[in-house]
Amino acid sequence: MKELRYDAVVIGGGAAGMAAALEIDAAGFSCAIVEREDHLGGILMQCIHNGFGLHEFSEELTGPEFAERFATKVAASKIAVYLGTTVTNFKAEGISESGASVKELICSSTDFGVMRILARTVVLAMGCRERNRGNVRIPGSRPAGVFTAGLAQRLVNIEGYIPGKEVVIIGSGDIGLIMARRMSWVGCHVKAVVEIMPYPSGLTRNIVQCLHDFNIPLYLSSQTTNIFGNHRVEGVEVTPMENGALVPEKAFRIDCDTVLLSVGLVPENELSKDAGVELNATTNGPIVDSTMMTNVDGVFACGNVLHVHDLVDWVAEEARATGRNAAGWLKGERPTMQVRVKAGSNVRYANPGKLDPRRDNKVYLRSLIVKNDAVLELRLDNRVIRSIKKGHVQPSEMITLNIGPKDLDGVGSDSALELAIL
Amino acid sequence: MITPYTSNLNPSQEGIPDYDVAVIGCGVSGANIARRLSAYKIRVAVLEKAADVSFGTSKANSGIVHGGFHHNKKYLKARLELLGNLMFERLRRELDFPFKRCGIIVAALHEDEMKAVEHLYMQGVENGVIGIELCSRERLLELEPKLSSDTVGGLYAPGGGIVEPYRFVFALVESAMKNGVHFYTNYRVSAAERDNAAGRWTVRAADGRSIRARFVVNAAGLFADEVSSIFGGEQFKITGRKGEYYLLDRMTKARPERVVFPVPTSVSKGMLVIPTVEGTVLVGPTAEATENKEDFSTTSERLEQILDSGRKMIPSLSRNDVITNFAGIRPVLDEDFYIEPSKKAPAFVQVAGIQSPGLTASPAIGEYVKDLLKGIGLELTERSDWDPFVDRRPRARELSPFELDSLIAQDPAWGNVVCRCENVTEAEIVEAIRMGHHTLDGVKYFTRAQMGRCQGGFCTYKIIKIIMRETGLSYEAITKHGGESRVLEGEL
Repeated sequence: MKELRYDAVVIGGGAAGMAAALEIDAAGFSCAIVEREDHLGGILMQCIHNGFGLHEFSEELTGPEFAERFATKVAASKIAVYLGTTVTNFKAEGISESGASVKELICSSTDFGVMRILARTVVLAMGCRERNRGNVRIPGSRPAGVFTAGLAQRLVNIEGYIPGKEVVIIGSGDIGLIMARRMSWVGCHVKAVVEIMPYPSGLTRNIVQCLHDFNIPLYLSSQTTNIFGNHRVEGVEVTPMENGALVPEKAFRIDCDTVLLSVGLVPENELSKDAGVELNATTNGPIVDSTMMTNVDGVFACGNVLHVHDLVDWVAEEARATGRNAAGWLKGERPTMQVRVKAGSNVRYANPGKLDPRRDNKVYLRSLIVKNDAVLELRLDNRVIRSIKKGHVQPSEMITLNIGPKDLDGVGSDSALELAIL
Repeated sequence: MITPYTSNLNPSQEGIPDYDVAVIGCGVSGANIARRLSAYKIRVAVLEKAADVSFGTSKANSGIVHGGFHHNKKYLKARLELLGNLMFERLRRELDFPFKRCGIIVAALHEDEMKAVEHLYMQGVENGVIGIELCSRERLLELEPKLSSDTVGGLYAPGGGIVEPYRFVFALVESAMKNGVHFYTNYRVSAAERDNAAGRWTVRAADGRSIRARFVVNAAGLFADEVSSIFGGEQFKITGRKGEYYLLDRMTKARPERVVFPVPTSVSKGMLVIPTVEGTVLVGPTAEATENKEDFSTTSERLEQILDSGRKMIPSLSRNDVITNFAGIRPVLDEDFYIEPSKKAPAFVQVAGIQSPGLTASPAIGEYVKDLLKGIGLELTERSDWDPFVDRRPRARELSPFELDSLIAQDPAWGNVVCRCENVTEAEIVEAIRMGHHTLDGVKYFTRAQMGRCQGGFCTYKIIKIIMRETGLSYEAITKHGGESRVLEGEL
């Protein structure tokens, strides 16, 4: 069994993993990326539509183009890349080598066999998975023809197969919307998008470009209450909701042979849990401090494994900061004081969970409500320190916010910054 | 890995093959009967209408080896349950399928339920169940700390256990195949004629194939009534009783150490919480009569009932841990199993109405049916070369890093993790396909790939490609469970 040692190991070679690894490498530490697929770039590789990179590169790229920019830099760096390699076991505590504590990763690979990799620090960048039918408990029969939208995207864009002809999409997440357009382009009839919430869960630009432009009806406040067909899907039953309750007498059937599910994403933290990383029950991602470090010393997290982003640009930005922090940690830098961040009224969550009052902090938050002319209020120890006007907020669009030493002047270690949307 | 005996799966033959015994239906009963008969110098065929074995009732049930206290010994099903239960250790040694004697608990949540618990205890003692205990609240909570604080007491049967039912069937089939039994899939029996002079049945399939056999066993599960009619046997009606289940992620905090039963009602044993051998948790089943024996749909009302009922016993059950739901249908005939030679059709043995505790009883059913066949004239001579063992199959998730590393050195496919949730490698998927499992569901039941928390979101396309590569099938021929369950509808 091969045994390897690095200062840092990044688990996952998508946008987050590559961006974090590049920073660690640039700081002069030895670094490896462990990636289970045979390519870097993660899920970006099947996102062949454009719309990526507007913030990061100030131009509009496709997913593979966005990934390639990072992959090219990785190839030119000293980063060791292990492709087709799956981490099957991650132990972060209780192992030491020459007196120093190290993390242990057990990995499987066709090329390298089983490897044991020891590292001083680990960056979690495993991304997320799609919620499936069972997770949202859609009843009915279980025929062929039910796919998560991402699986369908993989089948169409990379494998070259058409999963079905008459399609109903459940959930209005971005991948579902993108697939509504993609399936229309390959000649399928997308008959409806059915969303349980009173508002779409994807980005507004995707509603316009992927549904309106193709005359695909969007049923809001509607629940899919049955899937028909013993062998292949034959149809779905949709029941409208009024005041949060189903109205069964208004239920209707849509005939179709295919159901695509776009009902949310869940950070993939099973390895993190194995290593003792504590998760936030709202995001399903690790609880992190101002340096994006988890409760386990020397284990960092960024990208969709930390919380689900809607733009890869924010993933790259967050991951770069995380990579720099991990390098700082390797140099022995530790925050001296941190201020707790609290999700206040109408805020679902904010990441990271702590801020460093001596530095510029970037905060990512999500609204619980849809509102025009909203105000984002920052309250430090119950005192309003800043109010920011927001033309429009909605749960599907992440809000980013810079908070610097000026905002946090004079705080103590018990201080808390509450973020509220009014 | 070379497994030459898979040539006994859908063997190609000229003319109409002749057998001593044909078993109709390859669920857990049919598979046990066939495997038992494989020890003798006779020719045996098993005819299964589905694309794979164990695709009916045997794939969607609680996977319990019952504790022997639920039924009175006056019933054949209780006697076969008691015998079957004791046969599992030896079968596991021979066949290497997941089985664990974890014990069964019946938890009473009200004082008034304790009467029924005492009755079960007395019945268990009467039945000769070893180690059965009546438990105080304290004893029960010690045995199972996750039980609700409302628990007032209950019963503990240490001899109860859990088994992966489809893996049990696959192992029985493999063993039978290894010992020369022929298996035919997609063989929907549509007609039968008896040639009394020759003492032969001709059994025809809907697709035109036919075989001959001297004796026929009707182990057709939900469709045993239709098969009996085809052979001119007794007229009876099998009704379906649907049971819906929830499957929970292996990371759930609600996983008990033992199978937890509520106090049974007159209709069913109630909804249980089952720690599966492979680490997930199953909650269910409901019990509802169904007219359509092919309707495996679930309903939100029933699923809510399951969670409510499960939570009464184990409050930490959370809907957030649900990874899928499904339904199975038990074949209900009478209060008891109906296992006897037909009084109307010659050389025809009925094995019908095998509902709970059918899985537990199934090894004993194999033994019992073997004796019935002998009683109606089948001569049985033991084979000296009968091999009860199947090869032990490595599984990546059960290996140490060193063991896995040396397997990868021999075959790199052991290093390719296809299913990340259940840690299944390409080598295991290839093995499933070589053993004849060519559908997505067949591969799932054999390997667990697609059975975990992502339910195939990440690995389905990989498995499709491996099936196409290994079998040479085109994309149009890839199905979820055979027949019309095509997965892909076109190519770009």
